[in-house]
Amino acid sequence: MTTLPTSTDKKLGLVIDLDTCVGCHACVISCKGWNTENYGAPLSDQDPYGAEPSGTFLNRVHSYEIQPEAAPAQLIHFPKSCLHCEDAPCVTVCPTGASYKRVEDGIVLVNEQDCIGCGLCAWACPYGAREMDATEKVMKKCTLCVDRIYNENLPEEDREPACVRTCPAGARHFGDFADPDSNVSKLTAERGGMDLMPEMGTKPVNKYLPPRLKDRDRSQDVDILAPLLDPVATESTGFLGWLDKALENMPGGKT
Amino acid sequence: MKDQPILDTSPKVSDEVRKTTCYMCACRCGINVHMKDGKVAYIEGNKDHPVNQGVLCAKGSAGIMQVNAPSRLKAPLKRVGPRGSGEFEEISWDEALDIATGLLKPIREKHPEKLAFFTGRDQSQSFTSMWAQGFGTPNYAAHGGFCSVNMAAAGIYTMGGAFWEFGQPDWDHTKMFLLFGVAEDHDSNPIKMGIGKIKKRGARVVGINPIRTGYNAVADDWFGITPGTDGLLIMALIHELFKAGKLDLDYLARFTNASCLVNEDPKSPQNGLLLRDENGEPLVIDANTGERAPWNGKGVEPDLRQTYRHAGVTHRPVFHLMADRFLDTKYAPENVADQTGISADRIRQLAADIAHVAFDEAIELDREWTDFRGKKHSKMLGRPVSMHSMRGISAHSNGFQTCRALHTLQIILGAVETPGGMRFKPPYPKPATAHPKPHGKVTPGQPLNGPHLGFTHGPEDLMLHEDGSPIRIDKAFTWENPLSSHGMMHMVIANAHAGDPYKIDTLFMYMANMSWNSSMNTSAVMDMLTDKDENGDYVIPNIIYSDAYSSEMVAFADLVLPDTTYLERHDCISLLDRPICEADAVADAIRWPVIEPDRDVRGFQSVLCELGARLDLPGFVNEDGSQKYADYADYITNHMRRPGVGPLAGWRMGENGTQGGRGEPNASQLDNYIANGGFWVEHVPEEAAYYKPFNMAYQDWAVKMSFYDSVQPYIFTPYVEPLRKMQLAAEGHGRVQPPDHLRQQVKETMDPLPIWYAPLSDEMIDTTEFDVHALTQRPMAMYHSWGTQNAWLRQIHGVNPLYVPTKIWEKHGFADGDWAKVTSPSGVITVPVAHMAALNENTVWTWNAIGKRKGAWALDDDAQETTKGFLLNHLIHELLPEKGDGMRWSNSDPITGQAAWFDLRVKIEKCVTPAGDQCQPEAPAQKAPVPKGPPTLAWKVGK
Repeated sequence: MTTLPTSTDKKLGLVIDLDTCVGCHACVISCKGWNTENYGAPLSDQDPYGAEPSGTFLNRVHSYEIQPEAAPAQLIHFPKSCLHCEDAPCVTVCPTGASYKRVEDGIVLVNEQDCIGCGLCAWACPYGAREMDATEKVMKKCTLCVDRIYNENLPEEDREPACVRTCPAGARHFGDFADPDSNVSKLTAERGGMDLMPEMGTKPVNKYLPPRLKDRDRSQDVDILAPLLDPVATESTGFLGWLDKALENMPGGKT
Repeated sequence: MKDQPILDTSPKVSDEVRKTTCYMCACRCGINVHMKDGKVAYIEGNKDHPVNQGVLCAKGSAGIMQVNAPSRLKAPLKRVGPRGSGEFEEISWDEALDIATGLLKPIREKHPEKLAFFTGRDQSQSFTSMWAQGFGTPNYAAHGGFCSVNMAAAGIYTMGGAFWEFGQPDWDHTKMFLLFGVAEDHDSNPIKMGIGKIKKRGARVVGINPIRTGYNAVADDWFGITPGTDGLLIMALIHELFKAGKLDLDYLARFTNASCLVNEDPKSPQNGLLLRDENGEPLVIDANTGERAPWNGKGVEPDLRQTYRHAGVTHRPVFHLMADRFLDTKYAPENVADQTGISADRIRQLAADIAHVAFDEAIELDREWTDFRGKKHSKMLGRPVSMHSMRGISAHSNGFQTCRALHTLQIILGAVETPGGMRFKPPYPKPATAHPKPHGKVTPGQPLNGPHLGFTHGPEDLMLHEDGSPIRIDKAFTWENPLSSHGMMHMVIANAHAGDPYKIDTLFMYMANMSWNSSMNTSAVMDMLTDKDENGDYVIPNIIYSDAYSSEMVAFADLVLPDTTYLERHDCISLLDRPICEADAVADAIRWPVIEPDRDVRGFQSVLCELGARLDLPGFVNEDGSQKYADYADYITNHMRRPGVGPLAGWRMGENGTQGGRGEPNASQLDNYIANGGFWVEHVPEEAAYYKPFNMAYQDWAVKMSFYDSVQPYIFTPYVEPLRKMQLAAEGHGRVQPPDHLRQQVKETMDPLPIWYAPLSDEMIDTTEFDVHALTQRPMAMYHSWGTQNAWLRQIHGVNPLYVPTKIWEKHGFADGDWAKVTSPSGVITVPVAHMAALNENTVWTWNAIGKRKGAWALDDDAQETTKGFLLNHLIHELLPEKGDGMRWSNSDPITGQAAWFDLRVKIEKCVTPAGDQCQPEAPAQKAPVPKGPPTLAWKVGK
């Protein structure tokens, strides 16, 4: 068993905006690229040119369809990586102490030197966020780019996780949830940011912003701002009659 | 608790960052290539770059897997087995160039047209076209004809540009964004960035697409339209806006030819053309005087109301014809609801929403500007409705007129080149009249008489011999498709094989997988490439192909010229070609070898420099006959297209040092680009930022920047005269007239105002039998065939089921894991199915180009792409079903020749799982000129 810190100074994590994520997988590959070259063992790929290639990814995008009762079906893109839980079961289950949660910022990491590849942590994680690397036989997981966010060899503006830096739609945000004035705390408050599977009691740090209401039924609207258009004429002779007057009266008309 | 491990949170990131331009798709983002020990360690977006501002898509980040791909060709190849077998021997570049020269020199001396040179996904068309022009063949084009020429040509003919390279929504001001059809294929990162930006502001996104994936998945409102009916929906929206008078009349009068007078004398050979003055300028009625005046006269106030009566005939302004057209009740919402699959109420609501945002939420920028008539405007008035569309609405046989309707919708709102609407990217806007016309005069041993591709303005501009036969092998610019501005690459192999209009000697292609995902009717095309005549000779005698990878097409070449990857080469993304500018900036960029090739490959453009010299092509040799450009970098630096204008506009040499825009060549130009991150950018002055075609501040700046040599303001043309000229010929006017079998088609389709007609093949097949529409789209994380060899990307999209909507799924009792037989009028495939609810109820779809042929791309023979991946291409014929008239009717837009991929209709049946869970048809494995890839990858180049 490995213990969790009783509290952390910061609670670093991600806000992922499900209203904006177009499911492009940019974050998936940017993560793969950075973490193959950096923290610990490279993220390997088995059978990379074969029948069923399978590699280690620390971040994946899943897609789910939703069928509302009285509206067209919707497709939700759902990126998922380690949520850096406050009560991280993957840490407490670790027999060697390789899994740990950092006191200073709450990031959950695996110390690969101590990892025996037993896989208990992956079983314990209710989110399926950890992946055993099949070549190195060590557990890999999102590091929140701990080797980027403090990295003095990077320009300050680049000190954020690779997935956040690359996201074309701006659907990913990084910050400190312990600070109520941080960008991520504010976004979570404004947009009703949600925990993933709160019933598991893991207290995830990462938050998801729900999609806005879509395909609102407009048929019963009495919208004084955008009423249905009234015809000025129903045929072109009448239309030209209207035109004469319109050029004095219409938006964009001659005055 | 153990102490926390000590962690180095500031590890060294890389030895060096080299900044170049991505080429994992056609988006052309700036990238930072992190180097370690001379190898590529990591690729990220360049934050200073105008296109992507630091972000990068999945493809871009996976570029590193493109460099190490086992499918990379290693050396020039000469075919030694039968064509198509994939049996090659590696040869030297000297031998390869000797073979190419030996094939091409006699062709040039006797029959230059016997060379068909088509360059696929080429981003160096201003260079490759110069080579082809020097060679003297009329048979040159890139891939636009099978991609999105309808969008590009409709935009240029209607208003001087369309989307992507030409224009973009005003992301900073727009309040409502409408997205028509699949558009994830071009301009990929800028659109995603724009959607993110406007969503953050709370602006509304409306998706009009049979398939709700990608950008449509985040749309606030989704209209799951029936494929091929977008034009009908747009016409209904225009109908509603006309009916309600929700039009920007001032804008229409001043800045469009709605105010121009039309010759309405039915007896005149000019009937339907614009009335012009003695200088040839279209005439308007000046509201100041009530008299006729040229459209561009100083102080003229064009009037939309008044008509001109002469010799017993009343001539009306275009606007009156637009009212006649768009008020026609056949475009009323209730009359289009069934066909489009969108209820009349929703159409009315959408029109009302558009009108509300455009007119009740109009925006004004406090910026003075002066128009070309000398009128000063105190403000810039904006209609904050913007739109985007690319291939989805283009790839239909009614695509040109649909795209015209879309551009017209924007124009009547006053939402083009105004704040919050659609904005052009320099050097656009540029009207059709500012582009070249097509050229095709062949003289053995001599260059062609001008550029191959261009814009026709009437029957005299068509590429026809005196006897009416086509000049070009693809039949571009003929009466079958008179405005085929990008050529018709999808017809080249079929026509060359059929000897219609003539036989060729050598097919020379670059970067186009024409024996696979880039061709219609794939199985038949493979047969055409290997077919022999009665003498045992190949019907297409010689095939030269250049590619960096072991694609399906390589096996069909007699000679393979191996290209480099994009990280090992010079390139220029030029203003002469397909620029990377933004609405507020002019920009161009380079690629440069951030690594050197580790094998015997050469950049294709550098090979053309040498081949051009060996063939003595004008422009490629010095006066003494020696090779003019050592390589492509030499060309980029030293070529002069016009005085002061070269491939790159940045850091040209002026009197006082380097300058942007015009200037003499600068020997250090590429170094200047490299030092600046691989690109050059100069911002549009604020007073020139909007109303570009009409704004004198922009016009003056454009001349300074070298876009053109004198100011040339113009007005938008919802009424397209060149179309009317083609119609006049079909009605029996003029020297050049269509053959009788095409007269009706020309009359009906080439309407000078937007129209909608059903996809052409619908009339020839039983639509009750083939009652399902079938579409493809390219995944955002993959770019055609190139993604499949990529070890990371193929884990995202490695199989492509046929996605089936709920209604069809239930009708056939499909369950997960089932397979279906899918039949079109021309072919049958057997494929796995998957259920998808967020889909038009009569439409099925799949990802494009995931399916692979066994043996290609250095994949294992049992790779998932070869078993559970498939192409819909087998179901799409390059010709329409036979009409019994002995003619070969191309399955293309009758105006531009754009391949009508998305007109496809099929029928679906549940079937038993094929043996071996193998999609059908299954082509036998090709032998590959490269070894298979490694069993595992762990690509860490640093320590």
